[in-house]
Order: sequence, then C-alpha cells, then structure tokens
Amino acid sequence: MDNWRKSAGAFWASFLPPTVWLVAFFLAPLSLIWMFSFGVKSGITDIDITWTFQQYARALEPLYLEIFAKSLWMAAVTTFICLIIGFPVAIAIVFAPPKARMWLLLLVILPFWTNLLIRTYALIAVLRTRGHVNFTLEWAWENANGLLTFIGLGSFNLLGDKFEPLALLYNNTAVVVGLVYVALPFMVLPLYAALDRLDRTFIEASLDLGAGHIRTFWSVVVPLALPGIASGIVITFIPTLGSFLTPDLLGGTDSQMIANVIERQFKSANDWPFGAALSFLLMYVTFFGLALRALLTRREGIGDRT
Amino acid sequence: MSSLSKMFGRKDRAEIGPLEYHRRIWLRVTVALTLIFLYMPILTLMAFSFNDSKRNIVWRGFTFKYYEKAINNSELIEAFLNSLTIAFVSTIASVILGALTAYVLWRFRFPFRAVYEGTMALPVVIPEICMGVALMVFFLRTGFNTGGWVWPFNLSAITIAHIAFSFPFAAIVIRARLESFNTELSESAKDLGASEFQVFKDIIVPHMKPGLIAGALLAFTLSLDDFVITFFTSGPGTLTFPVKIYSMVRFSVTPEVNAASTVLIVITVIITALALRLQNRNNMMQAG
Repeated sequence: MDNWRKSAGAFWASFLPPTVWLVAFFLAPLSLIWMFSFGVKSGITDIDITWTFQQYARALEPLYLEIFAKSLWMAAVTTFICLIIGFPVAIAIVFAPPKARMWLLLLVILPFWTNLLIRTYALIAVLRTRGHVNFTLEWAWENANGLLTFIGLGSFNLLGDKFEPLALLYNNTAVVVGLVYVALPFMVLPLYAALDRLDRTFIEASLDLGAGHIRTFWSVVVPLALPGIASGIVITFIPTLGSFLTPDLLGGTDSQMIANVIERQFKSANDWPFGAALSFLLMYVTFFGLALRALLTRREGIGDRT
Repeated sequence: MSSLSKMFGRKDRAEIGPLEYHRRIWLRVTVALTLIFLYMPILTLMAFSFNDSKRNIVWRGFTFKYYEKAINNSELIEAFLNSLTIAFVSTIASVILGALTAYVLWRFRFPFRAVYEGTMALPVVIPEICMGVALMVFFLRTGFNTGGWVWPFNLSAITIAHIAFSFPFAAIVIRARLESFNTELSESAKDLGASEFQVFKDIIVPHMKPGLIAGALLAFTLSLDDFVITFFTSGPGTLTFPVKIYSMVRFSVTPEVNAASTVLIVITVIITALALRLQNRNNMMQAG
C-alpha cells in the first residue's frame, strides 16, 4: 500500500468522486434527520431544532415500546425458525457432492435476487382466503367427505357442514411466514460457510469414539460452528427487525412493526421529528447487533490462531 | 437404515457412510420441503400468469391474454421503462464510483482509513427504511423536486438514491478482484515511464474487468429489486415498476400483475445466471 502523499494527484482523483457522493447523498440526509430527531414540529412543514430529547422520550411511551417489543419478538421468532430450518439445510449442502452442492447453494440464493415485492405478492396469492393453500385444503376436504360418504359415514358430518377457508393472511403468523420466507438465505449462507470450514476429522473422530450422530452434533458440530451460528443470527435478525414491506402487505392492523410506524410518521402522520427519532433508535439497535457480530467474529479469529 | 433403502429400491447402492449426511432421508426431506417453501409461491405465480381465468386459482387453459393486457397497460409499461432506465444509469455510475472506492482502499494508506472504510460500508448495513426516509426528507427539504422535469431527468432523485446504496456493494465486489493483482506489474510499468493515469487505464482497469462486470450486474439487480428506497424517493409524478405493482397489489391479486412479475423475474434470473457464469469462468481462469 502506498502513502497517499506519494501520488497525491491520483489519490484525490479517485478519492473525491465516491466520497462526495457518499457525503452529499447519504451522510447529509442521515445528518438531516438526525438533527430533526432533536426538534419539534412548529407548523405543517416547519421543524424547530431545539435539541430536545422529547421525541426520544415519546418513543419510550408504552404504545411505542410495545411496538418495539413486538418487532423484536417477531424478528426473534423469525430468526429462531430460520435457524431450525437453516441448520439441516446447511448440513445437507455442506456434505453433498461438489456438483450437487453448487446447485443447492444456487437454489437457496436465487430467491434472494428476486424482487422482494414480487415474492411477497406471490405469498399473498398462496395464502389468501381464495388462495392455493385454501384451495388445496378445500379439495382435500371434499375428497375426504366423499370418501366418508362412500364408506357410509356421510350422514354424520364428521368434517363439518361446509369447508371453512383458513384465515392465513393479515395476521401475525402471516408476517412471520413472510419474514422467514425472505430471511432464510441470510441464515443458510453463514451457516454453510461455518460448516464448510469445519474440520471433518473431528466429526469422524467423535463418531469413531462411540458418540452417536446427535451427541456429535451437540458436542462437536455446534460448538465449532458457534461463530457462524452467531453471525447467521445477527445477519438474519437485523434486516428482519427493520422490514417494512412484509408486515405492510401480509400483516393485519395489529401486526405493525417499527418500520411501518416510521413510514406513517413520514407519510400520513407527517410528524418528521418523531419518525426521525424512531429511525435512529432502529439504527442504534442495528449498530449494536453489528458490533456484537464483529466482536464474535474477532474472537473466532483469535481462536484460529492458537 | 438399510431396510429403508431397500424399501426405496436402492439395493444396488452402497451403504450410507457416516459422513454422507446428504443421503439421509430426513435431511433430504427437510431440504426438499425448504425448496418447495422457497419456490412454490414464485413458480405458481409464474404458472398462473398463463392461466385463462380471472379467479386466478383454477387452471382453465393456457393463454397469453394477460401479457397482452400488461403490454397494453401504458402506465405499467411506462413504469417498467422508467425502472430499466434508472437501473441502467445507476449501474454505470455505481461501477465507476465503486471502482474508484475499491482502488482508493486497495492502494492508499491515508489517515482515518479504517473509519472511511466503515463509513463506505454503512449503506450496505443500515436498515433500508432509515435510508429511504432520510433521502425523502433530504430531497423535499433541499427543494430537489425532480418530479416535474422532462423525462428522463424526472427520475434523477430515485437514480441518485439508487447509486448511493448500490456503489458500496459494487466496491466490495471490485475490491475482492483487486486483491489478486500483482503490484509488480504496475511498478514495472511506472519504471518504464508510464504515468499514473496510464497505469490505471492500461493495467489496473483491464485486471479489474471481471470485477467490474460482476459489480455492474449486482448494481443492476439491486436497483431493479429495490422497493423501499424507490417508494420513499419517488414523488407523486414519477411511476416506477415496484411502486406501480405495489399500488396494484394493494387492491387485489390480478393475473396482469403475475404477467408483469414473471417478466421481471425472468430478467433477474438471466442476469444472475450471467453473473454466475462469468464468476465461474474467472475462477477457472485463476485456477488454470
């Protein structure tokens, strides 16, 4: 690496354009709403920046604390489900033959490249009252009923009079399903990376020495993959916590997450200072998660050297 | 386990080895179910865009009707063209800015370099909603109201926002490519009298090329896939594809949306396939 003074011209020519862009169209906007978060509304569009903590205090009111708690809870449940599903999938990919491994990885990543809105829309089409899941269930119900009639039990109405479609959409469960659907690749990739690095002879040794697969999993695989697991949890949790579209389209009136409240402050409620304060609280939580992850991966680095 | 594999008619195959986890039935079932969960919604969406039925749920025969309808929906086409324009401009700018960022971080030692690197990674990590509202407020407050300008300049605000979140991604990809550069090449060129710019243009950029292409494809898909930031930075006058689809989806599920979505999915899959192909070829070239 060269000292920048040695070829100052080249340095400035390549340093300035991206830096100016980042400062003008990223740092400046963020600083603006950071300042707004310490202000109060004094008119329809006027904001007095009085350096008050009023907006942050308001964010700690029970109503908003509840939404924060709910968002954290939803993100935690989503992360947990992703971990439960993602771990076996990652194991299967790691131990698959090279060619199959490449295809499986590709298949897990591909949805990630598809537009989030389209994926969410696809889920709506599957889950809605007249959607594919309910349609399949109705079909199964009719056939089961037909079978019951056929064997002479039709008059008992064992399955109820009429098929009742399940309300799969516009509730918290739908939001969690949507979040898992979106976040699963985030979990599988770090787990895959961690398991891929893992020295297989440890597993072989454990199996040779008489431990079963389950014991080997808990006492060998999980401890060795722990940094990858932690990384996966953080990487899944952070975007899930801040997700806007999924709760907006799949959720009901009571499944609003923090991003939906932020959106409302900036659009319909038109309360920018409060929305700004909420945005920054969300960002601080994100930074905390990232710092935690950096700490964990650094510890892993030290472990590698010794 | 062996009786099970006999049941499935695999007598001829060897016993499952202790580490052949991928051949265990329960793992296969888990992977299969996960893939069904991931793909079933998208594939049904695509399949039902060809379905000749308004109810959109019972298969009534194959048709291109909804594609015709989507093509004749002038707002949808305008939104689609706008999104492609934004993605195109954003890609070019992101690759240039990303390449410069990667180059600076790769080549120079300067004060607060670590802080600079961390700040450059911020757009990648902060929640989209925060960036979206910040840019929206910024554009409104600075009076940068491009909505009324003539096409394609009415898309300026959205394009600027897209560049701001795409170029740090491109920088990461291009930086990875630069790591394999042999500095002796540039040093000998300088010894032989090449200027700083000549070295950059004739030696470093050609070496970067695969990274530039990969970064471009990444920036293009990022721009095309983005909803949240586009949603916040598009004024009432500008139509973009995700925002148009969003307003259509809020009303109901229609086969027209399926058709338009299918087109977008196909475009993204083709670009991703291209990117992976290029990456593979690079890896092979490096190995060989």
